[in-house]
Amino acid sequence: MILHHLWIIPVLPLLGAALNGLLGKRIPQRTVSWIGNGSVGLALLAVLELAREMAFLPPEKLPWISRPFTWIVAGTFRADFTLYLDQLSLVMLLVVAGVGFLIHIYSVGYMSQEGGYYRFFAYLNLFMFFMLLLVLAGNYLLLYVGWEGVGLCSYLLIGFYFLRKSAADAGKKAFIVNRIGDFGFSLGVLLLFWTFGSVEYDKIFGLVAERPIEQAGFGVMTVIGFLLLTGAIGKSAQLPLYVWLPDAMEGPTPVSALIHAATMVAAGVYMVARSNIIFTHAPKAMAAVAVVGCVTAIYSASIGLVQTDLKRVLAYSTISQLGYMFLACGVGAFAAGIFHLMTHAFFKALLFLAAGSVIHALSGLQDIREMGGIRKRIPTTYWTFLVATLAISGAPLFSGFFSKDEILWQTYSSPYGSKVLWGIAVVATGMTAFYMFRLVFLTFHGTRRFDERKVHVHESPRIMTLPLIALAILSVIGGYVGIPKVLGGGNRFEEYLAPVFAPANRGWLAAAATYSHATELGVMVLALGAAAAGFLIAYVFYLRRPQLAEQVSQNFHGLYRWLLRKYYVDELYDAAIVHPVHWVSDRLFWRAVDVGVVDGAVNGLADQARSAGDRLRRIQSGNTRSYAGWVVVGTTVILTFLILGLQ
Amino acid sequence: MVPVSYYLVLSAILFGIGVVGFIFKRNLIAIFMCIELMLNAVNLSFVAFSHYLEKLSGQIYVFFVIVVAAAEAAVGLAIILVVFRNRESLNVERVNLLKL
Repeated sequence: MILHHLWIIPVLPLLGAALNGLLGKRIPQRTVSWIGNGSVGLALLAVLELAREMAFLPPEKLPWISRPFTWIVAGTFRADFTLYLDQLSLVMLLVVAGVGFLIHIYSVGYMSQEGGYYRFFAYLNLFMFFMLLLVLAGNYLLLYVGWEGVGLCSYLLIGFYFLRKSAADAGKKAFIVNRIGDFGFSLGVLLLFWTFGSVEYDKIFGLVAERPIEQAGFGVMTVIGFLLLTGAIGKSAQLPLYVWLPDAMEGPTPVSALIHAATMVAAGVYMVARSNIIFTHAPKAMAAVAVVGCVTAIYSASIGLVQTDLKRVLAYSTISQLGYMFLACGVGAFAAGIFHLMTHAFFKALLFLAAGSVIHALSGLQDIREMGGIRKRIPTTYWTFLVATLAISGAPLFSGFFSKDEILWQTYSSPYGSKVLWGIAVVATGMTAFYMFRLVFLTFHGTRRFDERKVHVHESPRIMTLPLIALAILSVIGGYVGIPKVLGGGNRFEEYLAPVFAPANRGWLAAAATYSHATELGVMVLALGAAAAGFLIAYVFYLRRPQLAEQVSQNFHGLYRWLLRKYYVDELYDAAIVHPVHWVSDRLFWRAVDVGVVDGAVNGLADQARSAGDRLRRIQSGNTRSYAGWVVVGTTVILTFLILGLQ
Repeated sequence: MVPVSYYLVLSAILFGIGVVGFIFKRNLIAIFMCIELMLNAVNLSFVAFSHYLEKLSGQIYVFFVIVVAAAEAAVGLAIILVVFRNRESLNVERVNLLKL
């Protein structure tokens, strides 16, 4: 049933958003929660039912395309409201609706004491609508609608505490930085339409498949690839447009979990994977994807090593993990990228929600230097956080191990990949393990460094811990759908997605098979070794001999400061872009053009009118007899003219 | 028979007296009377033309003017009454509150 009414899935949260947004102020908080969670819960049920129905669908019927109505017709341009369902959309739908639903439930507890409760749920539901639309869209224009819509919701939710200047500024920063990427993306969509005469996926992908691969030079496919990559870089916070994501942590923690970790920031990865055939036809753009992802992965992991704000470390970790997904897509392992997207959605959402629970327990404290020793007090939060940490560090048997290992192996073995990128990614893996365990040790272990008389540590209510437990279970078992063949699994996930990426992957899987199992196992062990080293260093630095960490930061003071200040990139952007733009806006556009020309013209006219009026005012003497005199004069003049004119 | 020009000259003289009085008089009642004088000067020329051209329309106009003048007198005198009550004077120079 749902197959024929795909539109229901995004429309359900939209209804929730409309109800809560329009009526939320007048209805009790309980009802708001029921509407907000109910609409997303129903959407999740619809997605599950859809998955069941899709299982019975013969494979040749996929992709399943439904066009409920024609959206735009203008001249030769035509865009339908196309919904496009295939294995990739289904995976994304399950992740978005599933993680989204858990985070909605968590928010009921987390936001219960906050003002603007109904506003929060209205925005969150609106976000779910746009995100579901984004993954279901069947043409680039509809994808763009979802793309901009999630950006809008991200802006609204980052600036949720809009009375705080830093939050309002962070919202604006996110919106403006995203705009740079979106501009490239919109150019890419326009170029696609200009080249292929359509924006529909099925048509474009069919036409691209017939074109030769652009090995040399800058053909149209390469340009399109780079433009789409620009959009993905903005949305997924890759170098050099990542600066908005750490600041986005100003928003409420569930928002950081849902939008800035699990779903929206993964939209760029989804878009690259969706356009896989375009990228495989433009090897230069493809290489750019891999390099951007790989450099971002190690770059932002290195910043994460020294940050002291709990949520900011997680933000840099998110950027780094997104880098891995880009790396996967860039080396042609789209399925591995989506696999990591899914497992990352589980464990990173869990990390953020558990971090929110910690912040909740410590009455708003976010600085990890002031935490410590609370693991016995908030056991559920601690254990779930630990599970997520193990998953993201790539500990064996946890979900992150399988997805990250798949990415590393593909980077090593794929013909698009390279050993250099692989080496960098392995180092980043070690860093990941280090900064994650640093977080765990500083937050939960050791001595209590906060003032216990002021802070009453308490475990979060059940409504917040249940989603944590659910996500922890997913973070463990989420990887079992993709156990690699070398470990005796079937890599079911990759096989399931294979039809989506089949046209792009021709001849590539065969090349990977030339490596022996021993090499693959060796690569795996190396990555594990890096992660273990990261864990051990963190263990020694922050648990065994805490003074050692201090010593190291003293010895490498310059490097430490450089990392702590995030390579001074924010300062660089301020000096190179923000200040010049400010200066030009202020001096040229405001003071010269606006004040001088525009205001000058308007005010000049007004001044003229006023001085003319001033002069005319003198006739209004208030003296009745002078009025009478003027009447006579006027009559005489008019009569004279009439009489002279008649003659 | 008196030629029509006599009537017209008389009418013009009456009108001129009205205008001059209208402009130079300070007493509101006097100004008001001057207006009436001008109206009636016009009436006179209407009637004279009506007789001379042997057409009734001129006389009908006169009736209209008389009716309007009567209405105007009613309103005008009421205003003058109110002005006098507030100012205890009928000097038009002092009725200038609307001036900026």
